[in-house]
Amino acid sequence: MNKARHSPVHSIAAHAILIAYTMIALFPVVVIVINAFKSRKAIFRAPLALPDKDSFSLIGFETVLQQGDFLLYFQNSLIVTVVSLFLVLLFGAMAAFALSEYRFRGNTLMGLYLALGIMIPIRLGTVAILQMMVASGLVNTRTALILVYTAQGLPLAIFILSEFMRQVSDDLKNAGRIDGLSEYRIFFRLVLPLVRPAMATVAVFTMIPIWNDLWFPLILAPAEETKTITLGAQVFIGQFVTNWNAVLAALSLAILPVLILYLIFSRQLIRGITSGAVK
Amino acid sequence: MGSLALKNITKSFGKVEVIKGIDLEVEDGEFVIFVGPSGCGKSTLLRIIAGLEDASDGTIEIDGAGVTATPPSKRGIAMVFQTYALYPHLTVRDNMSLGLKQAKRPPAQIAERVDVATKMLSLEPYLERRPAELSGGQRQRVAIGRAVVRKPKLFLFDEPLSNLDAALRVNTRLEIARLHRELGATMIYVTHDQTEAMTLADRIVVLNGGRIEQIGTPMELYNNPANLFVAGFIGSPQMNFIDAGDLGREDARTIGIRPEHIAVGSEKGDIAGRVSHVEHLGADTNVYLDCGEAGLICVRLFGEHQFEIDSMLNARFDPSRIYRFDGEGKAIR
Repeated sequence: MNKARHSPVHSIAAHAILIAYTMIALFPVVVIVINAFKSRKAIFRAPLALPDKDSFSLIGFETVLQQGDFLLYFQNSLIVTVVSLFLVLLFGAMAAFALSEYRFRGNTLMGLYLALGIMIPIRLGTVAILQMMVASGLVNTRTALILVYTAQGLPLAIFILSEFMRQVSDDLKNAGRIDGLSEYRIFFRLVLPLVRPAMATVAVFTMIPIWNDLWFPLILAPAEETKTITLGAQVFIGQFVTNWNAVLAALSLAILPVLILYLIFSRQLIRGITSGAVK
Repeated sequence: MGSLALKNITKSFGKVEVIKGIDLEVEDGEFVIFVGPSGCGKSTLLRIIAGLEDASDGTIEIDGAGVTATPPSKRGIAMVFQTYALYPHLTVRDNMSLGLKQAKRPPAQIAERVDVATKMLSLEPYLERRPAELSGGQRQRVAIGRAVVRKPKLFLFDEPLSNLDAALRVNTRLEIARLHRELGATMIYVTHDQTEAMTLADRIVVLNGGRIEQIGTPMELYNNPANLFVAGFIGSPQMNFIDAGDLGREDARTIGIRPEHIAVGSEKGDIAGRVSHVEHLGADTNVYLDCGEAGLICVRLFGEHQFEIDSMLNARFDPSRIYRFDGEGKAIR
């Protein structure tokens, strides 16, 4: 056992640091959510106060929902996020399996090349990406966003997953080969279930930046029918007047789906590796 | 239905040559054990026979048919792994039947074979459990059952007992011996444990540095080791090696004598030494004699004996059990 666990002083210090960090991290979220339920005057009078009988107002949500297109924005965000996530996990896991399982010429080099994407931000290539999308006629489509996000998510996914797949017992894969399973069955039925916690980690790390992104929707898909929720919320921010009720309400609503997805994946994170395969 | 022939098998990983030309014939129904120190290539050789690894050169024949380019599932083999390698998401029954299901055998036949293997290994109570709910010994029995169900021409075992504790190891060893008798199947077994090799094998293949040092029955290896390596590897405690010069002999470079073939006493023998350590094992007593120039000599006495540390003892070698080796380590016969 760790000695620090038994010492109350260390325990209190650790908890104090963690609680302080939690408060700092949650503060903006809490401010957004409580102010979303207040009237405009109340927001500016006392931004930190909880909504009470006088200040409570759903005007923000009414405005957002009356704008009509908000459901569409939601749908766009969800489609883009879920499809990108699926592609990143599928292709990331497949590439990671190939890198960790098979010996071939240039294996290490390929791994390094794929990991390079973690260090170089994809936004540096925005101009080239835009030119490519214009040339292929994909501007203002969800496909453009999905392609870009898949490319953006793959390097980290491959990096993390190949590390985990190396730890999956060789004997187990070989037992599958002797029993006549195809490489695809070995990958989908034996290896993937064992790296599920790693997949969940990758899913969370991939999903949140995609959902929150403003940059690529603004550049590649700003049309009304392909707007994502983060871009949609910007209509309430004007150069001269900003409808804070609506902005805060839109952001509060935008938190919900990503929160639900996170809860789904975090259950997987906690559940842990199915044990008993080896040893 | 289960002979194996390896012809000039070599294997290199990059520039490192791990298997350096191996020729071996295994007859139908034989129990052959590969032993050797770690890194000698024994596991690699087994994986080449299984088809999990491609040989760089050479051919493999099972039952007279070339299988060098056949995938593992079509070679008619079954393998038991050190880490059991059970499918974690399947029950014991499904673990055992997966291979046959993949081969598209009729369900009645699958059920019957699983039944037979289950009875043979007394696995009835565990059929619906998952591997996580079994103990180590039970898991290894399931892994053996999975191999039995396939009715292979060739059983391959890759250090199957290394992860078990001592008592279970003895039990499972007996189980494997019984299985070999009942099935009459050809078995190839890899281990670094010479007790397993001596007790189970019809023939032992001693490997070192990617080469076969000697092939023979356990007693042939014990009584007639071909060289220093085999002499030192087979037998525990290890054979004593003494420079022939230290014994005043000129008919060899090195003299080998097993600890159990030395007697000690007060009258003058072949060599004298100071007692440096005594191990009491109950049935045996191992005495280590410091013989100066000749080094440390281990003497194995049967029964219980008491010796004072630092007392002087004379050791007498059984003259019919002295092994002589030349300058290259080869036995002089």
